[in-house]
Amino acid sequence: MQYMLLICGGPEAAEHAEDGCEGWSEEMAERGVLRGGAGLRPPHEATTVRVRSDEVLLSDGPFAESREQVGGFCLIECGNLDEAVEIASKHPAATYGSIEVRPIWQP
Amino acid sequence: MTDVHTALVRAFRDEWGQVVATLIRLTGDWDLAEECAQDAFTQAVGSWARDGVPRRPGAWLTTTARNRALDRLRRDAVGAAKLREVAAMPDPEPEPDDSGVPDDRLRLMFTCCHPALSLDAQVALTLRTLAGLTPAEIGRALLVAEPALRKRLVRAKQKIRHAGIPYRVPPAHLLPERTPAVLAVLYLLFTEGYSATAGADLQRRELSAEAIRLARVLHRLMPDEPEATGLLALLLLQDARRDARVDEYGDLVLLTDQDRSRWDRAEIAEGVALLDGALRRGAPGPYQVQAAIAACHGTAERAEDTDWPQIAALYGRLAAMTRSPVVAVNRAVAVGMASGPEAGLRVLSDVDLPGYHLLPATRADLLRRLGRHDEAARAYRDALELVTTETERRFLSRRLAEVEPGPGGQPAAGRSRPT
Repeated sequence: MQYMLLICGGPEAAEHAEDGCEGWSEEMAERGVLRGGAGLRPPHEATTVRVRSDEVLLSDGPFAESREQVGGFCLIECGNLDEAVEIASKHPAATYGSIEVRPIWQP
Repeated sequence: MTDVHTALVRAFRDEWGQVVATLIRLTGDWDLAEECAQDAFTQAVGSWARDGVPRRPGAWLTTTARNRALDRLRRDAVGAAKLREVAAMPDPEPEPDDSGVPDDRLRLMFTCCHPALSLDAQVALTLRTLAGLTPAEIGRALLVAEPALRKRLVRAKQKIRHAGIPYRVPPAHLLPERTPAVLAVLYLLFTEGYSATAGADLQRRELSAEAIRLARVLHRLMPDEPEATGLLALLLLQDARRDARVDEYGDLVLLTDQDRSRWDRAEIAEGVALLDGALRRGAPGPYQVQAAIAACHGTAERAEDTDWPQIAALYGRLAAMTRSPVVAVNRAVAVGMASGPEAGLRVLSDVDLPGYHLLPATRADLLRRLGRHDEAARAYRDALELVTTETERRFLSRRLAEVEPGPGGQPAAGRSRPT
């Protein structure tokens, strides 16, 4: 199964922007579960797009007003949710922020 | 025909969980598993009437449900690998002994109690899938409306499928976080069997027996978890009283009026020994405290020997641990016995628990003992509006008749049936 790990953190997460992943990416690449991923620029540089009545509406900032914001993502492929949780729990961001594990939609 | 009917009812109670659990393991599809199990039971009606009840009804039902699943999978032309997997399943083995080997039902229980599901969903799903309770029955047990309960079940099953929640007993280090939910579910299962929330029979013994069996498996699986031990002790101590709880008319007999010679001494002894072992670990939790309360009752030779102050103190501790209004109602009963009905009423005055018949029933009993018959009658009527089992309805009606003014304007005391 494929899961998207959404790496979230509060305002203090910016301090960790340059941290890297302490070998997590290397370990997961070796395990063969990593399909992709990247860090994201901070939420104030985000633009949100909506289309309503054929009109494109743009707004400044992330779509959700919340202290916690997505700072990066990884796409992984593994056996089940328990393995995905185990992989997420090894990510250093889990120790200061949080990681939302979302299964990828399967037709 | 009646024999077949009895066998079917028994098979449903004893085998439903195992049939569904096995089908889920084979197909990975909860809805398909439930539908095929239902089909197997339907097929059994005609087949057993024609050919007689099979020697091992559980095996018959599992094989029939498996074949039904094969048909469905072929028709739906799903992945050939899944089809091969199901087709390769050997005929079901005879029931394994309860030597602590985790079985399909235990695996199913841990799947239902996966922490990625909400606690509400965990409990509802286990009662539905493992015990075969209907959404209406579960709704009543959890005080939730049936449509909301159905929605909860659908969402939980969807999440299991789409999020890839695995069907397995988790590795040892993951057991503790799931234990509270598993214990809660087993206790609800037992309670549903011990005092069914609906229907003519007060007890559905098979459910209680299954809860005890699973609690034993769990206790063996995690011998160092005092709450798992405490739960098993609690179930045994309560189950020990089952034969004395109902009289020959099928009516409820209060604890104080029960014939204690009919209590199961072996179960009480085992429960007390387990509890002592658990308490020595010095980590008392709600199940151990409840078991301690049950042990106070179980070891009193006569009702008047009951150590009510001790029980009231234990309920006080339990109330602080759980903050449950149901516990507060029980505490009011114990305080009422230890320090008099006035004190019991004072405890009740803080309790808010809409829809729970035992709240007005308890208030009614305390008022009755104070001789405040008009208020007691009102409270009994409130309780009668909420009660769902026939047995409890009869009990409350009798009590209401005792406090209602008779034709001469006097309370018609002593109108209760001799037992």
